[in-house]
Amino acid sequence: MTETIHTLQEFMFRTKGIIYILAILYLLGFTAFWKFLFSRDKKEDL
Amino acid sequence: MKAYLPETAKKRSLFSPFNIFAGIVIIMGLVLTFLRFTKGLGGVSNLDHTNPWGLWIGFDLLTGVALAAGGYVTAAAVEIFRFDKYHSAVRPAILTGFLGYALVVFALTYDVGQPWRLPYPFFVSQGVTSVMFEVGACVALYLTVLFLEFSPAALEWLGLEKAHRWAVRMTMVLTILGVMLSTLHQSSLGAMYLLVPSKLHPLWYSPYLPVFFFVSSIAAGLSMVIFESTMAHRKFHDMMDENHLKHANEVTLGFGRAAALVLAGYFAIKVFGVALGNHWDLLFTGYGIWFLVEMLGFVLLPVFLFAVGVRDRNIKLIKFTAVITVLGIVLNRLNISLICFNYHLPADERYFPHWMEIGISVFVVTVGLLVYKFIVTRMPILFEHPQYPQEH
Repeated sequence: MTETIHTLQEFMFRTKGIIYILAILYLLGFTAFWKFLFSRDKKEDL
Repeated sequence: MKAYLPETAKKRSLFSPFNIFAGIVIIMGLVLTFLRFTKGLGGVSNLDHTNPWGLWIGFDLLTGVALAAGGYVTAAAVEIFRFDKYHSAVRPAILTGFLGYALVVFALTYDVGQPWRLPYPFFVSQGVTSVMFEVGACVALYLTVLFLEFSPAALEWLGLEKAHRWAVRMTMVLTILGVMLSTLHQSSLGAMYLLVPSKLHPLWYSPYLPVFFFVSSIAAGLSMVIFESTMAHRKFHDMMDENHLKHANEVTLGFGRAAALVLAGYFAIKVFGVALGNHWDLLFTGYGIWFLVEMLGFVLLPVFLFAVGVRDRNIKLIKFTAVITVLGIVLNRLNISLICFNYHLPADERYFPHWMEIGISVFVVTVGLLVYKFIVTRMPILFEHPQYPQEH
């Protein structure tokens, strides 16, 4: 995180890379959250 | 034409503690209004050229618009997506939205130097390249749409059957217009702050501010419907008909679930915003801790509390979480417009609202509460009009 960034390309590579990793983690987390939220519902409740 | 008055409304005393308190606030507000329009902005506020936007913009406008989002969220859910089981929530939500926007415009008349020039951007000098023009145009149009969406209740009350039939026929068109206009101006309010990247703290500034404002407005609207319903059940329980009482828990559960999902998405895009600017190091500063308080305490915590509340069908927990979320939205809008705005200025140049500014904001909110009380105790908002069954 504290490494110096010299160019826009380095900046974009780092920030975009982190966002892609976060997005994958988020999708996995959201799937688990969805299951947590709906797991106790009966079919007719949905 | 004879206005309908339900039996329960006749039993209510005019001299209730709330009415007496409201009366005192109204008198104080009228005095402050006189001072505002005779002495100018400088006479009642701490606004200056460095801080031209204060509490009236941060609280009355930004927060007011976000919290009034329940109108378009509920109308869209019921009229467009056909979640008919939430139908009993539509009229209270539309009313809250309508009053919310009306108060935004009312409060704005205190803020703009010459309130009689409020229509100028439309009729005299159109600044069509400004994002503020878009906000003004959308708010004006949406207030009209909300008025028309609310009109069936008022027309039932007044007994104007023919006009009522026309008003009901327009419901779908108005709902679609409402969603379009809300999408535009809720996001544009965030877009206004794209103009000040050097003044707004980097943790709150992001090119995605319009998206943040729009998504958070949906959560605000959902939570506000739950909050408003809780308050209405406490104060106007005797006004509610069987249909309202029967569906109340269902509305709370459904809206709590939706709020959990929306807030989960909102939390994610806010984290993406930090990542996009590579601002991780700022999280360990004073403002960073404040940012974490907002994100963890008023976004992530409500996500889990809503989810647990919905899973366990714990209505009390969902209602409590709705209050936290509403407070979180207030905090977020105040952070962006006041607390983290001009953050680089020395303390003595920072803005803090004058007590009279706070007084006028309290006055505006009280006017809203009084009008709300007047309407729900007379018009078919929480109950069905006997002559118009199934319209509600």
